[in-house]
Amino acid sequence: MKVEFYEKVWMCAAVGLLVLFLGTIVLTAANDAVHPPSHVETVDPMALANNPEFGNPAVTVHTDGSVVVSVVTTMYSFSPDPIVVPASRPVTFRVTSADVLHGFQVVGTNANAMAIPGYVSQFTVTFKKPGEYIVGCNEYCGVMHHNMVGKLIVSKESE
Amino acid sequence: MTGRYLLAGTHLGVSVAAFGVAAALGLLQALSLADIQFPHRSESLYYTSMTAHGVLMALVFTTFFIMGLGYVLAQENLGRITGRSIAWFAFWLSVVGSVAAATTILRGQSTVLYTFYPPLKAHPLFYIGATLLVIGSWIWGGVIVASYHSWRRDHPGEPIPLPIHGMLAAIIIWYLATAGLAIEVLAMLIPWSLGWMKTVDPLLARTYFWWFGHPLVYFWLLPAYVLWYTVLPKVAGGNLFSDSLGRVVFVMFVLLSVPVGFHHQFEDPGISAEWKLAHTVLTFSVVYPSLVTAFTIIASLEVAGRMKGAKGLFNWIGRLPWSDPFFASVALAMIAFIFGGFGGAINAAYAMNSMVHNTAWIQGHFHVTLGTTVTLTFMGATYWLLPRISGRDLRLRGLALVQPYLWIAGMVLFSTSYHIAGLRGLPRRIYSASLTGEYSQWHGLSMVAALGAVFLFASALSYVTVVAATWLAGRRIPAPAFEFASSLRPPVASIWDRFGLWTSVAVFLIIGAYAYPIIQLLSHHRYGSPPYQPF
Repeated sequence: MKVEFYEKVWMCAAVGLLVLFLGTIVLTAANDAVHPPSHVETVDPMALANNPEFGNPAVTVHTDGSVVVSVVTTMYSFSPDPIVVPASRPVTFRVTSADVLHGFQVVGTNANAMAIPGYVSQFTVTFKKPGEYIVGCNEYCGVMHHNMVGKLIVSKESE
Repeated sequence: MTGRYLLAGTHLGVSVAAFGVAAALGLLQALSLADIQFPHRSESLYYTSMTAHGVLMALVFTTFFIMGLGYVLAQENLGRITGRSIAWFAFWLSVVGSVAAATTILRGQSTVLYTFYPPLKAHPLFYIGATLLVIGSWIWGGVIVASYHSWRRDHPGEPIPLPIHGMLAAIIIWYLATAGLAIEVLAMLIPWSLGWMKTVDPLLARTYFWWFGHPLVYFWLLPAYVLWYTVLPKVAGGNLFSDSLGRVVFVMFVLLSVPVGFHHQFEDPGISAEWKLAHTVLTFSVVYPSLVTAFTIIASLEVAGRMKGAKGLFNWIGRLPWSDPFFASVALAMIAFIFGGFGGAINAAYAMNSMVHNTAWIQGHFHVTLGTTVTLTFMGATYWLLPRISGRDLRLRGLALVQPYLWIAGMVLFSTSYHIAGLRGLPRRIYSASLTGEYSQWHGLSMVAALGAVFLFASALSYVTVVAATWLAGRRIPAPAFEFASSLRPPVASIWDRFGLWTSVAVFLIIGAYAYPIIQLLSHHRYGSPPYQPF
């Protein structure tokens, strides 16, 4: 197969470009553990009320100082709401749905995950800037989907 | 419409009609999102019309157009359509399926969007109708493949005509992709929607859906590429720069289109990061054939410009037939793909996806790719096809020429606004941008997008008008011949024509990319979901 010189140059450059893109992704994933939320854990969506964690979803500060936020999404609200967390500390979100698919997106941050009934989404975020953030559902969940909005308050660290 | 092209023409007619309806619904959605009042505006109209818009555009407009184009290419390049009566059966099956699904949508019984993620439950006829449309398209693929085999018996050892080569690649991708959809719909959603199964696993269904959902875009894109490779250089007055690289490109799509679905599920729980990363690598690999295409097509256009006497570095661009509606449409489609393609690379960039996932950025993105690159190519191709299959001169040529520019202008406003709004966190698929507290931030951008939608609707209306006027009142002319570009070097039969081999490799890759994650998923202690209909 005959390939023209300039086309060969282009084809090599295209390989280089993709290797650069992929290299950046793989390197940050391997070195800095930059991954999308990929936690694997199942939970019975029909029995969340009796679940020790999701029966009363709340912000828990553990003795070692780590902060865990359990969130249940339902048509058309987030629980707890508002979510209050400290600034500049790793906050681990654990999100599940009691009915259909929902999204859990903290607007203006990279906290963004699917809430899927039967599964627990888990990811850790550090909020540097104290203030009020919008929590929006970004997956269509029914006729009042656009009204599914909550609030996240990042409080100044008091310690 | 002469008898030989009646089959293709009828498919085209359904496609254009579906497009017209879907475009009108699209305008309503953009107005609603910008909080502009209009009669009967309501939440349920918004989500119903969004479902109808998605299904009509993504499944009906595209599939019928591609089926019609496939028949034209078979007729012209193979000299035959083997099994014409079966082809008509497939057409009616697809029409009945589309009408059944559309009816349940318009009655408000299937407001589940075109992605129909369970546990949202549509009317059973929605799933059954969609299945009939897909079965119709399977039969269509069979007819094209049978026509090819019949041709092959008469032409042993010859290279496959390039338009058919690309179309066969699209058909193979379609079969491989719809296998995932078939599992989801036949084994899960239909029995569940009929009440025969109490629950389904939403994540498993989503995984099967995206096995289908991403290669679906290549099923749209490859027929567009066929037009770029084999018609555009001819209309531009030149030759295809490289026939053999075209074949390599189509084969690469066969190999890499399907095993990439997890890049739509980056933010999903239940799928491990390693497998998401594996699909990321494959997703970036499938960018490669498009980068090769960019060179080949632009080089072909430069050849055309130089054959018309251009001498300088760039003045060949001015020598191209910008006043031809097909050319203008396709050229703009290609420019849009530069932006759409790089936007897609951002979406596919693994952890970076969390910046844009399910935000307005996404609707901005696929309106540039599907909504411009594919759509403008198909619109332009309609202007090329119509006189040839109907024996009527294109009516309202001026309108046909303005129409693609109107589309691009609208899309720049529409898509740019949604890209920016998405980066600022506007969730996608919402009835109104007036979410608590952030109204002012998003209202301006959604107004600009709505203005863009007005341009887009005007363009769509122009397209439908030109098609209808030509069809009904075009001056009768001797039908111009279908002419395809010859390549600078004559095509040769090679390993790139051996689709049996490449399909086997593709199946192997799909098994590699999906078998383990699906087995892993099935082995969890899983809890299903009962159906919900919150609409």
